[in-house]
Amino acid sequence: MLPERAAEGAREVDAVFLSLIAMALFFVLLVGLLILRFSIKYRAGSRADRSGRVQKTWRWEVTWTIIPGLIGLAIFIWSGWVFFDVTQPPRNARTIYVVGKQWMWKIQHPDGPEEINELHLARGQPVKLLLRSQDVIHSFYIPAFRVKQDALPGRYTSMWFTPNKTGAFHLFCAEYCGTEHSQMRGTVYVMEPEAFQLWRSSASPKDKAPNMPGTPGAPLAITGQGTFFDFGCNACHTPSARVIAPQLDGLFGQQIRLRDGSLITADEQYIRESILDPNAKIAAGYAYPSLMPTYKGQISESEMRDLIQFIQDLRDGWPGKGETP
Amino acid sequence: MTAAAADPMQSFIRSRWGWRDWLLTTDHKRIALLYLLSITGFFFIGGAAASLVRLELLTPKADLLGEEIYNRSFTLHGIIMVWFFLIPSIPAVFGNFLVPLMIGARDLAFPRLNLASWYIFIAGGLIVLSAIIWGGVDTGWTFYTPYSTTYANSAVVLVIAGIVVAGFSSILTGLNFIVTIHTMRAPGMGWMRLPLFVWSTYATSIILVLATPVLAIVTILVAIERIWTVGIFNPDLGGDPLLFQHLFWFYSHPAVYIMVLPSMGVVSEIIPCFARKPIFGYHFIAFSSIAIAVLGFLVWGHHMFVSGQSIYASLIFSILSFLVAIPSAIKVFNWTATLHKGTIHFRTPMLYALGFVGLFVLGGLTGLLLAATAVDIHVHDTYFIVAHFHYIMVGGAVMGYLAAVHFWWPKLSGRRYHEGLGIFSAILLFVGFNLTFFPQFILGYEGMPRRTASYAEEFQLLNVLSTAGASILGVGYVLPLIYLLWTLRKAPDAGPNPWGATGLEWSVSSPPPQENFAETPVITGPPYAYDTMSDPMNQEYVHG
Repeated sequence: MLPERAAEGAREVDAVFLSLIAMALFFVLLVGLLILRFSIKYRAGSRADRSGRVQKTWRWEVTWTIIPGLIGLAIFIWSGWVFFDVTQPPRNARTIYVVGKQWMWKIQHPDGPEEINELHLARGQPVKLLLRSQDVIHSFYIPAFRVKQDALPGRYTSMWFTPNKTGAFHLFCAEYCGTEHSQMRGTVYVMEPEAFQLWRSSASPKDKAPNMPGTPGAPLAITGQGTFFDFGCNACHTPSARVIAPQLDGLFGQQIRLRDGSLITADEQYIRESILDPNAKIAAGYAYPSLMPTYKGQISESEMRDLIQFIQDLRDGWPGKGETP
Repeated sequence: MTAAAADPMQSFIRSRWGWRDWLLTTDHKRIALLYLLSITGFFFIGGAAASLVRLELLTPKADLLGEEIYNRSFTLHGIIMVWFFLIPSIPAVFGNFLVPLMIGARDLAFPRLNLASWYIFIAGGLIVLSAIIWGGVDTGWTFYTPYSTTYANSAVVLVIAGIVVAGFSSILTGLNFIVTIHTMRAPGMGWMRLPLFVWSTYATSIILVLATPVLAIVTILVAIERIWTVGIFNPDLGGDPLLFQHLFWFYSHPAVYIMVLPSMGVVSEIIPCFARKPIFGYHFIAFSSIAIAVLGFLVWGHHMFVSGQSIYASLIFSILSFLVAIPSAIKVFNWTATLHKGTIHFRTPMLYALGFVGLFVLGGLTGLLLAATAVDIHVHDTYFIVAHFHYIMVGGAVMGYLAAVHFWWPKLSGRRYHEGLGIFSAILLFVGFNLTFFPQFILGYEGMPRRTASYAEEFQLLNVLSTAGASILGVGYVLPLIYLLWTLRKAPDAGPNPWGATGLEWSVSSPPPQENFAETPVITGPPYAYDTMSDPMNQEYVHG
C-alpha cells in the first residue's frame, strides 16, 4: 500500500502519516458507527425507548472539545519535530545545485559533472540540494524520499536527504509551471558508493584539463576562485587586504551578528543577497552604507553559484594563503 | 419599481409574469430563483470541463486533449466551480430565499442592491465565459506568479476582470445579509432563537465581506504587473513571488469556509427535522460557526509549507490549522448526538445530510493530515490534496447544496418530487463520489502530482477507477435536474409544511406569498421545538 521508501526520514514521515490515518479511521468509524447505530435503533416506527434524553450538554461539549484538541496538539508536536529534522541539513552534506526551467531540471555536481533530468547519488551520502528557478516556480519532488521543495526565481531554497536504498526513482515537478508541466520529469539513480565514484569519473570530461577554471566539468570551487579574482573580491575580502571587510574563511554556516543585533546564519541565501545588495544586511562592526558596490546585473547566476561553492570551501581556510593563482 | 400586484398574498411565482417582473424584480425569492437558474448553468459548464479532465486521465499519455487544452480545462473547471457555483450556491440561492422568511422579514434590507448583485454576478460570469472564445486561460484557478504575470500566453487579464467583478457580487450579498440579520428580525426573534442556517449565513457573510476585497486586490495586482510590467511579484522586476501566495490564500482559505459553512447550516436544519428532536447543543453549533469564520483567517500559510516560507511560520500555521478543526468536530458530534433517541425518517434530504456528515468527517480529517507539516511535505501538490478538497467541496458543499434543494424544493415550487428517485439519486451520488475521489488519496500518497495531463504508467489503474466513478457521479447530477424539473409539469401539491418542520418559512403557503407574511409574526419560543409537533411523515403519502 505504501510506496517505496529510499531515504532516511521517509520512515518517520510514513509513521506520522500512518498514525494520522489510524486517528482518522478511529473518528470516521466512531461517528459512522454511531450514526448507523442511532439510525437503525431510533428509526421511525421502532419500539426503542426514547425517554430520558440527555439534557445537560456542556459536559459532553467540553469532552469532545478537549479530547480532539489534545490529540491534535500531540500530533502537531510530533509532526513538527519530524519536519524540523527534514529541513535542517547536516554539516557533511554534499551540496548539489539544481536549476528548474520550463520544462527541465538542470543539475550541477560541485566537483564537475552536469546532468539533465537525472540525478545520480551515492547511497548513504547526505545530500543538500540548492534550488533555484530560471523562470516560474517549480517544485522538486522525489516521492520515494518523501520530500519536496519549491524552486523559486530570484532566490535559493534548499532541501536535503540521505538516500539509503539503491535503485531508480521518479523525479517530478510538483508545482504547475505551464504547458509541459507534466513532461518535467526525471529519474533519480541511487548507487553504491563505488559505483557512484565510477559514474563520476566517467561523467567528467577526460579530454580537458579538469582543474582549469572555466572548463565544463571543472570543480565549481576552482572556477569560483577564478571568479573571485576576476570580480576583484580579493581587494577587500582577503587577509592581506588593506580595506576592512568581513573575512570569508570559516564564515560559511556560522551565526553572524548584524548591526541591528540580530543573528543570522551565513548560508547561500545570505551570501547571494550580500553580493547583489550589500546594504541589505550589514555585519556588526562595519559601516552603513557598505563600502562594497553592488554586483546586481553584473554577475551571472552560474558565476554566483561558483562563488558560493568557493566561499563554502573557505570554511577550511584559504588554499595557499590567498595568493593569486 | 414595485409592480402593483392584485393580491399581495398571491404566491410569488404566480404573480405577474412580464419580463420586467422577473428581470427587474426586487423580491428576494425571485432573485433566489434567478441565481438558482444561473448557477445551475455554470455548474454544468464546470462539470463538462471536469469530464474532459477525467477522460484525458484515462491513459498515461496526453493523447485525448493534449497538454494545452488539458491545462485550460482544469483551469476553467476550477474557476467556474469555485467562483461561479460553490461560493454563490447556498448563500445566493437559499440565503436569499430563506433568510427573510426565517427571521420573519418582508425582504432583505437592500432589495435593489440584491438585484444589482445578481447582475454583477452575471456580468462577471459572462466575462469569464467570453475568455473561452479567446482560448481560455491556463494558469490554474490559483494564478501563481510569476507564471500568471509573465509567462502565461492566455487570457489571464480578461478572466481576472471577470473574477473581480463577480467578487463585488459576493461582497454586496454578504453585506446585505449582515444588515438584514441585525436589523430585520421579527419581534421576539432574539439571536439565540435564530435558526442555525441564519447563524451560518451570518458567519459566511463576515468572510464574504472581509476576504473578497483581498482577492480583488491581489488579482488586480497580477493584471497590473501583466499589463504594465510593474515589478510586484516577478523577482526579475524586483518583486516577490511569495507575496502573491500569501495574499491569494488569505482570501482563498477563508473561501473554503464560505463554501462549507452554509452546508453546515443546512445540515443543522435538516437533521433535527428528520430526527424529530431539538438540535443538540444549539449554542455550540451557533458559536462554532463564528469560530470557524474567525480562525479561518489565520491558517492561510498551511498552503505554503514547501513554498520557501520560514519553517517557523509553517509551524505556527500548522498549529492554527489543528485548532480550526475543533469547531468543526464540535458540529459533527452535536449532529450525531441529535440522532440519539430521535425518531428518524430516511427521506432524500436526510440522506444527503447524513452523507454530508460522513464525507465531511473524512475530508476534514485528511485536512489534519495536511496540517501536519511532515506529511504535507510529501503530499503537497499531489492528488492527495485534490482528493481532500473535493471531499470538502463536493462531498461537503455540493452534498449540502443538494440537501437544501431537496429539503426546500416543496417550499420553493409548492410541488413534491418523486421520493424513490430522490433516494436512488442520493445513493448513486454517494457511491459515485467515493469511487471518483477515494482512489485519488492513494494516488497522491504514491506521488502523482496534480495538474498533469500525462503521468507515470503505474498510476493508470487508479485513474481509470476515478474516471469510472466520475461517470456515475455525472448520472447522479443529471437525475435530480430531470425529476425536479418534471415536478413543475406534473406533481402533487406539497402543502405549506410537508415535513412537519419548525421554522417561520414553513408557516406560510408554498410557494410563499409575495409579501411573505400577512402580518408580522411574533416569536414566542426557541427554534426546533420538535417535541411538541405532530409528525406528518408518519402518514405515508402516495405519489400521484
